[in-house]
Amino acid sequence: MKEFLMILIVVMFFVVIFQIAKASEYVSVLKGEEKTRKQNNKINAFLLMAFLVLGLAGAWWCNHLFYGKTLFPQGSASVEGEKIDLMLWLTLGVTGLVFIITQVLLFYFSYKYQEKDNRKAYYFPHNNKLELIWTTVPAIFLTVLVVFGLKFWFKITGDAPKDAVVVEVTGHQFAWEFRYPGKDGVLGRKNYKLTTGKNPLGVDFEGDKTSHDDIHVGATMHIPVGRPVKLVINAQDVIHDVGLSHFRMKMDAVPGIPTTMWFTPKYTTEQMKVKTGNPNFVYEISCDQMCGKGHFSMRGVVVVETEAEYKAWLAGQKPEYWSYNPAAEPKTPGTVDTAGAAKPVVAVAVKGNK
Amino acid sequence: MSSVENLTGHGTAVHIDTEHGHHEEHHHHETFITKYVFSQDHKMIAKQFLITGMIWAIIGGLFSVLFRLQLGYPEETFPWLEDLLGHWAKGGKLDPEFYYALVTMHGTILVFFVLTAGLSGTFSNFLIPLQVGARDMASPFLNMLSYWFFFLSSVIMFSSLFVQTGPASGGWTIYPPLSAIGEASSGSKIGMDLWLVSMAMFIVSALLGGLNYISTILNLRTKGMSMTRLPLTIWAFFFTAVLGVLSFPVLLSGAILLLFDRNLGTSFYLSDLVVNGKILPNEGGSAILFQHLFWFLGHPEVYIILLPAMGMSSEILSTNSRKPIFGYMAMVASLFAIAILAFLVWAHHMFVTGLNPMLGGFFVLLTLLIAVPSAIKVFNWLTTLWRGNIRFTPAMLFAIGFVSLFISGGLTGIFLGNSALDIHLHDTYFVIAHFHIVMGVASFFGMFAGVYHWYPKMYGRYLNNTLGYIHFWITIIGAYLIFWPMHYEGLAGMPRRYYDFSSWESFKMFGGLNQFISFVSIIVFLAQLLFVFNFFHSIWKGRKVTSTNPWGSNTLEWTTPVNPGHGNWPGEIPEVHRGAYDYGKDGKEFIPQDVPVGADESHH
Repeated sequence: MKEFLMILIVVMFFVVIFQIAKASEYVSVLKGEEKTRKQNNKINAFLLMAFLVLGLAGAWWCNHLFYGKTLFPQGSASVEGEKIDLMLWLTLGVTGLVFIITQVLLFYFSYKYQEKDNRKAYYFPHNNKLELIWTTVPAIFLTVLVVFGLKFWFKITGDAPKDAVVVEVTGHQFAWEFRYPGKDGVLGRKNYKLTTGKNPLGVDFEGDKTSHDDIHVGATMHIPVGRPVKLVINAQDVIHDVGLSHFRMKMDAVPGIPTTMWFTPKYTTEQMKVKTGNPNFVYEISCDQMCGKGHFSMRGVVVVETEAEYKAWLAGQKPEYWSYNPAAEPKTPGTVDTAGAAKPVVAVAVKGNK
Repeated sequence: MSSVENLTGHGTAVHIDTEHGHHEEHHHHETFITKYVFSQDHKMIAKQFLITGMIWAIIGGLFSVLFRLQLGYPEETFPWLEDLLGHWAKGGKLDPEFYYALVTMHGTILVFFVLTAGLSGTFSNFLIPLQVGARDMASPFLNMLSYWFFFLSSVIMFSSLFVQTGPASGGWTIYPPLSAIGEASSGSKIGMDLWLVSMAMFIVSALLGGLNYISTILNLRTKGMSMTRLPLTIWAFFFTAVLGVLSFPVLLSGAILLLFDRNLGTSFYLSDLVVNGKILPNEGGSAILFQHLFWFLGHPEVYIILLPAMGMSSEILSTNSRKPIFGYMAMVASLFAIAILAFLVWAHHMFVTGLNPMLGGFFVLLTLLIAVPSAIKVFNWLTTLWRGNIRFTPAMLFAIGFVSLFISGGLTGIFLGNSALDIHLHDTYFVIAHFHIVMGVASFFGMFAGVYHWYPKMYGRYLNNTLGYIHFWITIIGAYLIFWPMHYEGLAGMPRRYYDFSSWESFKMFGGLNQFISFVSIIVFLAQLLFVFNFFHSIWKGRKVTSTNPWGSNTLEWTTPVNPGHGNWPGEIPEVHRGAYDYGKDGKEFIPQDVPVGADESHH
């Protein structure tokens, strides 16, 4: 019933607008079309000017409302992301200036040079000097932006520092898995054909002994603050994307083609709670590449903690190999905290297929 | 009523009437079928493209309203949705899978069926023969086939909306493996095959059309119409057609390889896959290969959409400012530069795919280079307005709106084209705002400008002016209200293509804004229906056009009768003596192209 009423109101509204439009056409014929045209011209010229003024005011107001909700007031949570923020301000400065100048000229000229009986259009087909100016000036500004942009780009996408903490990230519909190299600092080899419910990432436990101390956790990634972190990124089924907006980082996870990304977290999660004034603050990993019906729910959490907390957490984890081959687990009862330990994440086998 | 058979230079027999006006009903050789259905008259084919495009635009627009309901009111249920969509909206709430199908089809429909076929198909067909002074296209028959391939493609795409597993739902970019594997998404079942086959037909249509446009422009110009006397519309259609002819075949190959991967067990794009716990045998393919093939078309496609809007806006701005377009040669050169660069920037869509950073660097440089010809065009448009004597017809308002939107959306391209910044902004709402403003809404504005401006030539009647003004003001205000705030969501890192943000601590603070955007988009959608109504109503009931040249324009289409028949000019095709932009020259308000150069005329 409500819907029916809504449709009725819309239709009525349409009819009213149409009647007005039709009537105005008859009036214009009666009044003389030339006269009406000139009247409309004045009205629209005025409206264009009003649009400019209200539009600029609206843009300011929009900024006032929403700037605080973007990530820029709190600054980048990674050292490398600061460069991206700087690049943003630089680009905003250049484009903002151009935006205001060109939009003001567009609407101001429209208003100023509206048709008048005593005005003659000025025949001005070209002017090489002017055109040369507005070819070279943009080119110079763009060169500056390209130079800065590429400098930062190569820095950010360059090799990770040697002392970086390495974490392997694997995406699948619709969750994230993380693997740490363990004490030997080497991630064990994988072969996707070995994937089973017990070995969801397809680690080659039989062929590669370095995998025996590797740690596998799901959903939440722990990393230390102040040290470079290198992520080695994989996907199992379709393309995903590791989106870390607070760190200003993003990299696709492509099946069959591992990618990498590195950054240095500046603040722990606890520090960010204070900094943002939000007691529920968490660093989130969003999947930023369309990956199927659960795309919007493919969420991961990053816990950034102090070096000591991180080491303690890592020490509390059991190697994945122990759950793959329970016989390998040393029998020392009561020492290991199992709360956050590697639950074999068999999500691969069950998710997605309702 | 006498009718003569006239041979054009290429041996095509064309029927033309020697009498002006109302000859349409009395034409000897035309039946309803040959006149309205399998017509070979470029003007009728243009109308077929336009009306088919409008139907698609309503469908595509409606889809966006449906998914905006989900985004704006994630907590609400709408029981009528279940009546409309059945099991896709159980309990009045969109199913996520169908939400993605709507997003995918909205993109596909608007990009290809509306802004490529509906825009370039309509106006290239309508204006090329009329403005270069030709009786019809180089091959009217291929031109007819071009429409009917488009129609076939439309039928296939439309039918995919009704299959049990739903239409394609992997985004309009259909990246494999998601689009290749039915187990990964139900939209990747039969719906995806239909999408690919439909697109293959579409590409055939685009190629037939494009080859025709190019050969007509190169070969069938009337006497005196040198390339440098062509109106900018024609230059724009020319480069558009070249872009299409060179890039669409690449998409076709990409689509066919994807069909192979889906149905014949090949592994062009597939490797190392475990889907739903099932280990797939495919090895050695590259998912990134598809992205290269796709964007090699995908990026030129952006300019295929945009260039016609630029060309038509240039023409309309100049005519209604009563001034020559400023810097004609610079305008042509910048179109040319854009067309070349359009082929050299595709990988800027792929900065975060793990692309070699060095390669990324080159693409940054080439991408930002496009800003130079774009800037030239904007400054030239502004200078065209300067010291003009401007008439604000609805077409002119839309052309001014086009420039405003092109500036706004073009500038945000400088953010995204710079790879370092793109890392943060890629696949966020910032991207949505950018491309909707610069190629979506701006091109729509070019298209509306074209429809309002050339409607009198199409139907011999005017559109209702008041409705036109209302349409313009609601649309431009609405477009900015919808897309401007989205930049802020993007700066907050809010990802695209999310069904619901409520479980995200980082993105859930924009609920009120999303609701506002959805509300405005419904209003803007309704305003477009007003335009559609105006369009169809005016075909039969609009004010009749009484003069052959209602806008005081210089180009050749205004030398034809009010209702030109097949063959366009009843007598000889006029000879051209000057460029298309002699407005306000030597104290004359305008000098049409077919007026010989006077002895005392000044030279510039």
